[in-house]
Amino acid sequence: MAKVKRRPKLAVWKFSSCDGCQLSLLDCEDELLTLAEQIEIANFPEASRAVVRGPYDLSLVEGSITTAHDAERIREVRRSSKALVTIGACATAGGIQALRNFQDVGELISLVYARPEFIRTLDKSTPISAHVFVDYELNGCPINKTQLVEVISAFLHGRKPSIPSSSVCLECKRRGNVCVTVAHGEPCLGPLVHAGCGAICPAYQRGCYGCFGPMETPNPPALSAHWAAQGMTPEEILRAFRGFTAYAEPFRKESEKHAGPSET
Amino acid sequence: MPDRPKRSTRSIEVGYLARVEGEGALSIRLRGDEVTDVQLRIFEPPRFFEGLLRGRLYQEAPDITARICGICPIAYQMGAVQAMESIFGVRVEGALRDLRRLIYCGEWIESHVLHIAMLHAPDFLGYEDAIRMAKDHPEVVRQALRLKKLGNQILAVIGGREVHPINLRVGGFYRLPTRRELAPLREELEWARGVARELVRWTGGFSFPDFERDYEFVALRHGREYPITEGRIVSSSGLDIPVSGFEEVFVEEHVAHSNALQATMVGRGAYHVGPLARYALNFDCLPELAQEAAREVGLGPVVRNPFQSIVVRSLEVLFAVEESIRLIEGYQAPAGAAIPYEVSAGTGHGATEAPRGICYHRYQVDAAGLIETARIVPPTSQNQKTIEGDLWGFVPRFLHLPDDQLQWQCEQAVRNYDPCISCATHFLRLTVERT
Repeated sequence: MAKVKRRPKLAVWKFSSCDGCQLSLLDCEDELLTLAEQIEIANFPEASRAVVRGPYDLSLVEGSITTAHDAERIREVRRSSKALVTIGACATAGGIQALRNFQDVGELISLVYARPEFIRTLDKSTPISAHVFVDYELNGCPINKTQLVEVISAFLHGRKPSIPSSSVCLECKRRGNVCVTVAHGEPCLGPLVHAGCGAICPAYQRGCYGCFGPMETPNPPALSAHWAAQGMTPEEILRAFRGFTAYAEPFRKESEKHAGPSET
Repeated sequence: MPDRPKRSTRSIEVGYLARVEGEGALSIRLRGDEVTDVQLRIFEPPRFFEGLLRGRLYQEAPDITARICGICPIAYQMGAVQAMESIFGVRVEGALRDLRRLIYCGEWIESHVLHIAMLHAPDFLGYEDAIRMAKDHPEVVRQALRLKKLGNQILAVIGGREVHPINLRVGGFYRLPTRRELAPLREELEWARGVARELVRWTGGFSFPDFERDYEFVALRHGREYPITEGRIVSSSGLDIPVSGFEEVFVEEHVAHSNALQATMVGRGAYHVGPLARYALNFDCLPELAQEAAREVGLGPVVRNPFQSIVVRSLEVLFAVEESIRLIEGYQAPAGAAIPYEVSAGTGHGATEAPRGICYHRYQVDAAGLIETARIVPPTSQNQKTIEGDLWGFVPRFLHLPDDQLQWQCEQAVRNYDPCISCATHFLRLTVERT
């Protein structure tokens, strides 16, 4: 059968999130129009009314799963996608809203909403990989848009994305940052955190707070021990691990060691 | 209209309202020519920020609340730091205040141009999206993208990055930008001045449905400057209160069809926040260039047609460009990046003009600076009832339109508010049911 040359179809899906990661695609101001010539933006409700039916060559998924309806919807997305890439901390680790996973959701609902009976939600905010097979996870809160363009072009050309898996520490060295821990005693998650932001926080004279989540094979106990020796309290150490990727396994396990009985 | 077939039921559905931030639905029910119900339903799953903030350190509030919205993170960061500063008795003035105003101008430019060119203009010109619009209007879209990029560059230079900047803290900043870092922005802003003016002319030339409403406009008013980071809360019916009085006048209620809370003004009902409100209540504070651009496209000092919000948004872009130039020209690095303070227990309030309107914060912290309670009222939950009100008034006058066109017009009417449903927590699905 003769091959019909067609542009690959891209879809962007949103689950529980702040929209910031899909916005990163629209923030590719220099690349957007060229990208739109190379690929067909087939389903991207934030940007277009037009919807082209699947299957899609590449689905970008933003957000975490927090409702029974969304748990069902992500299965449909998977079925209609050749490749599925999660973008950002919510889709990859459950996001900041995964802090609920350590609390009683019923209590949270009644704190925020006057009529709790109107709210339907799951007990936990979970990453996409807890529900369906994910081809690639792009970290970040938000993702780095240069990495996003790299992931899209890699998938559309059938190659592996070239995204470094080292820690923020290496990015600091590359950027020529003075180490905020060594020089100023600032607590910094950088030794444990996946590279990708370009070590912005240390460059702005503050410690890394972990937007890109745990790197491969991190060593959280070593950092906790160092912090404790520096005089950080268990509550402070707990809060440091309970951030934007608190439900990612290495951070979750480490935080539980520092938690009180009601905080696990 | 004798030609229209008499139907007992007419129903139009949009499964997912596009070109808005977040997940929402709209359902409209009609019996004959009478609208019987309008519901802006927000399905965006709740994320419980106010609950998750309890027990966190005050200094974490700006970083955590930024994640409510990837389009206007500065609005959340600024409201949070202001509330904390009011508790600790910190006054951020001079060059630090100017820098905060400058980064906020960056957010206005980035968010407004995204909405004007990418999300809203396609409605006026009949395109499904800006990419399709770019095929016929390549130059406008290219220039808008460059303008939006400039807004993002301001955010990145001062804030470290475009989405969820990392530099804002209680007392000021973590690190100050140098004059050298700001200089390239200055050059690009000179280019932007002309382009923003063209954007006003372009949007001012669109055709607008003949539709006006007598809104209760609510905005901040500073008096000497167009409001961004501070001011008293004023309204078109004469309300004039400090930010700390917000909760006495504006109440949120929880309706069954929405995961966002709807706000109303006590004794007045629905009210309108955002560009039209800011403009109507602060026209005198716009620079001459922006006032002149408004007159050139035939706008008076009060605009009551919500479809013309796209023009007012463009005027605000022009203002933000002009203001950024002024702030950069006058910038002299202050002595320190942040003002020192001592943590103390108390309750504090903060409110700023997010691109979509007033964004209010209140926090109560203990003596160690841990957050005991938090309350955040984003602009979209304040406009929700007004959007429904617009549709109650708008739909009966356009019943002669075929279903698909009526649906598109209703979507456009919702997009007048640049609703950020992620902010309001809370998806747009449009159902028009005619009985």
